[in-house]
Amino acid sequence: MGKYVTRMGDGFKVELTESEINRDIEEGSQEAAKNGQIAPLNQDESLYLLEIFKCPDRSVGVERGKEVVLSYDSGTTKFKRVNVSVSKIQSLQIYERMLGADTLELAHIDYSFKPVKPIVVFEQPILEQALLMTIPPLFYGAMPNLGLYSQPDGPCPNPGDLLPKGKIAEARASYEEQIEHAIKDMVYVGTRMYEAGADGINFDTTAAAGDAEFLATLQAIKILKTKYPEICIQMGMAAEFVLGMHGELYYENVRLAGLYPHKQLELAEKAGVTIFGPTTNIVTNRSLPWNVARAVTFTKACTEMARIPVHACMGMGVGGVPLTLSPPVDALSRASKAMVEISRLDGL
Amino acid sequence: MAVAHGIASGIGGIRAAGDLVARMQVSRGMRIKEAKEYVAGCLRISVEDIADPVVMSELREDLDIGRVNAVPGAAKGIDAKFRIAELLDIKINCVNKFRERTGL
Repeated sequence: MGKYVTRMGDGFKVELTESEINRDIEEGSQEAAKNGQIAPLNQDESLYLLEIFKCPDRSVGVERGKEVVLSYDSGTTKFKRVNVSVSKIQSLQIYERMLGADTLELAHIDYSFKPVKPIVVFEQPILEQALLMTIPPLFYGAMPNLGLYSQPDGPCPNPGDLLPKGKIAEARASYEEQIEHAIKDMVYVGTRMYEAGADGINFDTTAAAGDAEFLATLQAIKILKTKYPEICIQMGMAAEFVLGMHGELYYENVRLAGLYPHKQLELAEKAGVTIFGPTTNIVTNRSLPWNVARAVTFTKACTEMARIPVHACMGMGVGGVPLTLSPPVDALSRASKAMVEISRLDGL
Repeated sequence: MAVAHGIASGIGGIRAAGDLVARMQVSRGMRIKEAKEYVAGCLRISVEDIADPVVMSELREDLDIGRVNAVPGAAKGIDAKFRIAELLDIKINCVNKFRERTGL
């Protein structure tokens, strides 16, 4: 039986037979369905995914007419990361005029709301100037990053020190104090950048520190949306599962710990999010057919119930894209096609 | 990575009408199908032509709403967004701020 070249979740090549690909698609989809209590891929969707992985072409793409909007988290910092010596505004112009970006995002290299707060007066004029020179919608983005509010980086006792000592009440109290600090910073920065003219604010990698961070972000978004009803809020998640680091936090009477993407979406909509970005993490020791099937299953559950646009997170290590600094085109384009066509994304 | 995603599934930004479809998601929260149909209606083109850089390049030139190539006298930034706000019948935050600051 012939074999097909694909990759593992870490990006390394692997050769699989058709039955092995089929098995991985089935298992990946079932894993998502079981954990998220959602429907697995149906037979047609699984067969379509199989065809994508059997295609011998180096890169694949969506059918004509199925193209979607692309948004770019941490936009301008990507140029810094690869040590390209251009300014933030030049970065945005490159995205706009050379990369065909549908939206743009200005960001600080220390990509969290807390470190942006003291330098926001330097970010505002850059945004104002960039808005004069560019055409697509321009976001300001940062991460809620609740980890920065505990010692030694922040004012609150570190739950990571308290929990191993059995000080659960103290750890929970620390998280609750961190939430208040984080809300203030997110609302402050969001307000300043919207007042400077930004089309929207992107809350990227939300809930990376678990349920407390998710609650802080939802509450900050609610405040901004009440203050500015026309502001666009994009919220990209950190993972497919909200970690219950506190365990007893609720938003709109829903317990945040343990929520999967379609349940995260429901709360995002209630808070006033305009564009939601579900995330499915890569499992590096499973194949890409397994990982993509899993990501498509989780994401499809979102798009089927969404009332707002869904832009799945599809960078390194999420959304079926291998966890490697230079994702191979064969792997990335297959994830892109599968997520857009089977999950019916509005963007990514 | 941005290039690979763009080729695999992107509309193409100002090469085509990607920024305009994005505008409808940003300003009105439209899902992709509704946003494309709305933009196609405003531009009086088919939904398929939204991602066609040849069709859109000519149309963007006619409407003067900004395009990739640097053409003397053509809209390149805020001037393009003034026209886009009118074309799509939407509010654009920075356009409104510009009006406030200049007293237009």
